[in-house]
Amino acid sequence: MSMNVATLGTDRARRLRAALTALLAVAAVVGAPFYFAPFQVFQLTMVLLYAVALAGLNLLVGFGGQISLGHGAFFAAGAYTAAVMLDRYDTGHLATLPVAAAGCFLLGLGFGVPALRLRGLYLALVTLSFAVFLPPLLKRLEPVTGGSMGLTVDKLQPPAWSGLAEDQWMYFVVLAVATVALLLARNLLRSRVGRALLAVRDNESAAEVMGVRLSLHKTLAFAWSAMFAGVAGCVYTWVIGFVSPDSFSFVLSITLLAGLVVGGLASLYGPLLGAAFVMYVPSVAQDISEAAPGVVFGLLIIAVMFVAPTGLAGLAGRVRGVITPLLTRTKPSAAVRTPESEPPSAPPAPAETAPADAEPVGAPPRTEKE
Amino acid sequence: MSAVTEVLQQVVEGVGSGAVYASLALALVLIHRFTGIVNFAQGELAMISTYVAWQLVASGMPFWLALPVTLAVSFAGGMLIERLVIRPVQAAPELTTVIVTVGLFIFVNAMAGLIWSFTVKDFPQQFPDGGIDLAGVRVDWSTLGIIAVVAVVMGLLYLLFQHTSIGLMMRAVACNPASARLSGIRVGRVLMLGWGLAATVGAVSGVLVAPVLFLEPNMMGGVLIYAFAAATLGGFDSPVGAVVGGLLVGVAETLAGAYVDVIGADLKVGVPLVIILAVLLVRPQGLFGRAAVERA
Repeated sequence: MSMNVATLGTDRARRLRAALTALLAVAAVVGAPFYFAPFQVFQLTMVLLYAVALAGLNLLVGFGGQISLGHGAFFAAGAYTAAVMLDRYDTGHLATLPVAAAGCFLLGLGFGVPALRLRGLYLALVTLSFAVFLPPLLKRLEPVTGGSMGLTVDKLQPPAWSGLAEDQWMYFVVLAVATVALLLARNLLRSRVGRALLAVRDNESAAEVMGVRLSLHKTLAFAWSAMFAGVAGCVYTWVIGFVSPDSFSFVLSITLLAGLVVGGLASLYGPLLGAAFVMYVPSVAQDISEAAPGVVFGLLIIAVMFVAPTGLAGLAGRVRGVITPLLTRTKPSAAVRTPESEPPSAPPAPAETAPADAEPVGAPPRTEKE
Repeated sequence: MSAVTEVLQQVVEGVGSGAVYASLALALVLIHRFTGIVNFAQGELAMISTYVAWQLVASGMPFWLALPVTLAVSFAGGMLIERLVIRPVQAAPELTTVIVTVGLFIFVNAMAGLIWSFTVKDFPQQFPDGGIDLAGVRVDWSTLGIIAVVAVVMGLLYLLFQHTSIGLMMRAVACNPASARLSGIRVGRVLMLGWGLAATVGAVSGVLVAPVLFLEPNMMGGVLIYAFAAATLGGFDSPVGAVVGGLLVGVAETLAGAYVDVIGADLKVGVPLVIILAVLLVRPQGLFGRAAVERA
């Protein structure tokens, strides 16, 4: 909206534009908690939190090509780790994060060992049954987990020096965690491990012949991804201050997978879009009917797999491909589209998912499918 | 009651619930044999078939008329789903097909909630109360009825596959789709038929289990896990294995719930998880399955 860079094609202009876009995005992300009402800030916090879990799931499903229908269980494990530590041992909030991360990493490793013997299908079965099994297990371990009543713990409190309200402080803490997690996921993918993972996904035999150790990388992918889910769960406890077995039914696992697919598999910012989807669609659709979120989710998953396997993230890219030449404007800022990037006063921000959804009707190019 | 009869009693009850798992597992195996897909929505399809039956009965149709109508609707629904939802992704990677069936799962579940609400409905029990006494072991008519129905379904499927020309075609497609197509079989139609059959068999399991579990959209979630365990145990490509696996899982679940204190009634759902893991680690092809030998 702002700058009219006439010399669009030149390198300098492009770099300038990218820098400005980034600046705008950062300003929007940092400014959001001061602009929005506490409840909206809370929702944004939840989006960031889900994005962490989805980034982990993306490592496994999108980049690893394995299927987990049980990531809600790792999310729950992280959440309960934090809650139990806070409840019983009164450790500080921050101390729970490394424990939850390490614990879930090990748990993932434990599940990864059978996983590496299983084709994707069986992994899905095992993880699904684990997700179904966990809530009754949590109820049973009542002395530790508080049974079906759950545990209520202290939320994260802002330190006095910050001068921030509770919701704002939480937002920034979760923002920090999410930033680190997303960067970690990105860098992991660009490392040796990540490339090995992609090779395994695309052709196991070929990867093996090239010297990639299948078992090691499949197991590690599972462990990493469980760790991300655990971290998200831990942060969930900080933000919500309450855990109960019913918050982590297997519906959560399925919702996470759904969000990821809709957001965009194997895309770096697909998890962010997916997280926004997981957060906002149910809360909007719930007004219509209790069942509406499921109908929307189910239909969208199937539709996405049919026509846009790259999800919203892929659509955004395609739309940008079509729109940018037409508008010769700073549309890319919309394509970067961190969900909270509605700048405090930005006019072109009609609901993050809407443009991506609406545009492709007129956007024929379906060529760049993968 | 002696300890032995008590165990036998538990076994009988296990066989009763195992028969239900067996029929859903049978549906899973049918689809897996024909299309190589594990249908995560199988339980939900059974659930919605059960709702159809409930709706028919509630609107005044006698049960024994409503049942065949329900089965016919399920058959048509299964064929339609194969054609509309599965066929387009048939050739896609496994990840895609699994995600699509998960999408179907969510969609069907929510649709049932949307149409019939999430409140629990009472499904009429068709079998008479009471039962017979066999050497101190009490066998309810309902248990016997379930076992009989599943046995009949098994028998019909056996006849269909082994003694009809359609069955021969279906086996040909399951065995080698490419060759089957070359010899003039309409593979697409056979696949539709396979899905239709699976949906019908699944519907039977739903109708059988509904009086016990009560009808609600999430009714089949737990049953599906048991059916997965049954299919894994029996081997995902063996219909006989699915039935044997179902019965074994049912008995194991009941015995574990009754005699292993740590498990009890609430953690029984851990039994299928353990079974699946154990089978996959020890004998991944299952009891009756053939080990897949692939040239990569």
